Amino acid sequence: MGKSKDKHTELGLKQEDLLAMYKFMLLARFCDERQWALNRQGKAPFVVPVSGHEAAQVGSIWAFERGKDVFCPYYRDMALCLAAGFTPKDVFTGLFGKVDDPSSGGRQMPAHWGSRKLNIITGSSPIATQVLHAAGIAYSKKYKHEDAVVGTWFGEGGTSEGDWHGAMNFAGIHNLPLVFFCENNQYAISVHESKQVAGRVYKRAEGYGMPGREGDGNDVLDSYKLAKEAVDRARAGEGASLIELRTYRFYSHTSDDDDRTYRSREEVEEWRKKDPIPRFESYLRSVEVLDDKGVESMREGAKEEVAEGVKQANESAFPDPSTGELHVFQEAN
Amino acid sequence: MAEKTLIQAIHDTLQEEMQRDDRIIVLGEDVGARGGVFRATMGFMEEFGEERVLDTPLDECLIAGVAIGMALDGLRPVAEMQFADFIWPAFNQIVSEAARIRYRSNNDFSVPMVIRTPWGGGVHGALYHSQSIEAFFAHVPGIKVVAPSTPYDAKGMLIQALEDEDPVLFLEHKKTYRLIKGEVPDERYTVEFGKAEVRREGDDLTVVAYGLMHHFCVEAAEKLSGEGIEVEVIDLRSIYPLDIDTVLTSIGKTGKAMIVYEDNKFLGVGAEIAAQIAEKALFDLDGPIVRLAGPHVPAMPYAPPLEGWFMPNPDKIEQEMRKLATF
Repeated sequence: MGKSKDKHTELGLKQEDLLAMYKFMLLARFCDERQWALNRQGKAPFVVPVSGHEAAQVGSIWAFERGKDVFCPYYRDMALCLAAGFTPKDVFTGLFGKVDDPSSGGRQMPAHWGSRKLNIITGSSPIATQVLHAAGIAYSKKYKHEDAVVGTWFGEGGTSEGDWHGAMNFAGIHNLPLVFFCENNQYAISVHESKQVAGRVYKRAEGYGMPGREGDGNDVLDSYKLAKEAVDRARAGEGASLIELRTYRFYSHTSDDDDRTYRSREEVEEWRKKDPIPRFESYLRSVEVLDDKGVESMREGAKEEVAEGVKQANESAFPDPSTGELHVFQEAN
Repeated sequence: MAEKTLIQAIHDTLQEEMQRDDRIIVLGEDVGARGGVFRATMGFMEEFGEERVLDTPLDECLIAGVAIGMALDGLRPVAEMQFADFIWPAFNQIVSEAARIRYRSNNDFSVPMVIRTPWGGGVHGALYHSQSIEAFFAHVPGIKVVAPSTPYDAKGMLIQALEDEDPVLFLEHKKTYRLIKGEVPDERYTVEFGKAEVRREGDDLTVVAYGLMHHFCVEAAEKLSGEGIEVEVIDLRSIYPLDIDTVLTSIGKTGKAMIVYEDNKFLGVGAEIAAQIAEKALFDLDGPIVRLAGPHVPAMPYAPPLEGWFMPNPDKIEQEMRKLATF
């Protein structure tokens, strides 16, 4: 059982939080491994991997109130969307382009998350467009005096887009209840951070009149800690923040990329040693929330959930071409 | 009932709608303290406050993107692009986001927003204050593109746009702002999108136009009437949805069709209308489908003779009408 001086206890996290966070990290990892296998079997034409980012995503969304707060993620955010209410079935119906895909009914490529029910705003492929939507939603929440905080996520490549700077500027001017999360994995497809970002991402916050913090994106508790401070600040009406979570993606950008053309195997191996999942497992053991048997049982349970999700998604139908012209505009009654 | 200029009609309508519905928020460059460079929002900041009448940073992409976010959260944003020529930094947000959100989310999300912008030439605005932008946006499914040309329609179509559940690009020809006056009823009414209006009846020739060009066409048609040529002039009003039926019905009567627009001729709105006429009414035609439009140069030049060379005007229109009527 957790002791009073444990890191998570200091952060206000309970044992059930830790177990749930761990579960979502595992679900994301196993969904990812499964989707790659399906891709290699020719059963999934396109895969956007999440592995490596699980701690940054689950840690950051854990600071929000699901059901009330609003999320504008980007395509890498599978773990985040699982923690926000997506199921493995939802992930795989999206992967296969099935009619039950909650994001788009099979219209968008996989990993273009969205669900009105879960307050996950629909996303596109052009980078950082969602960050401006987050700013508009945050403005609307403030205008309506609603108690809601908006979170938006992007990679360090996204911070080059004009949309990102516009949103930072607008959020700073209007003190919006908004938290910007940069999942900095150091590569925008093949372009290294050194050619993408002049200076440091988190330091850009100062230029937009808000605090900027950097943290270890491979540490779920560190990610949560920074997110919690920023979300509390936003909820208290003190305005927006920028959080930079440093991490690494273990696979290529997508299944259509080959990272061997721009990253050394040694570098990938070095980062694999900092894998957020074994790291969190060490913590869970150290505070005696889980023992080896507990870890094994959680892993097996997550794998079974993923397998069941794949099965259900396989059983789901493809959308009918007769529906192709629907929902361009609101249909006449 | 009062006589108003087109800009007055827009100002008053937007003001009245904001009084009725606090979901409506106005945002753009200089819309607050200045009341808009064309004064469309004059006095709004004083009446509705800075929270509802936002002077935004000078960032058109931001204006569109933030408005999308507001609409996704249930507000009814009215985004002003100060000149249509400045809309291009917002193109991605409008085309890739606003227009696609309903479709891409399988009807889970929608973007009820209005983008108002002054467009068109004839005001010595040169390359960057004269552009016609309608063809770029009308090409994109998921956004409606309308261009009222009278104060009456400006009111009814603006209310229609505010009630629409999808994004509307609301084009206001800047030359018509103070040039065109007309009666505007005091009561609230809407003008349905996708309904063209026959402004002048005639049996010899059908001419289709919108915005300022529609007024020039009526002027030219009146002159030709003295020669015994009666031109039917159709004001399109709405570019998408397009009311091709009204055009085809008229051609069934006249047998001749001409489209006048001040955009570049190539792949402009007239190209689509001509194609639909060819598809649907070829055997009703007694002459070629004629397009009178801007030349294939990047934009309207500044010097008066060059601007005059670029723009269709009542004289040029009258000549083309006469040629086609006597074909």
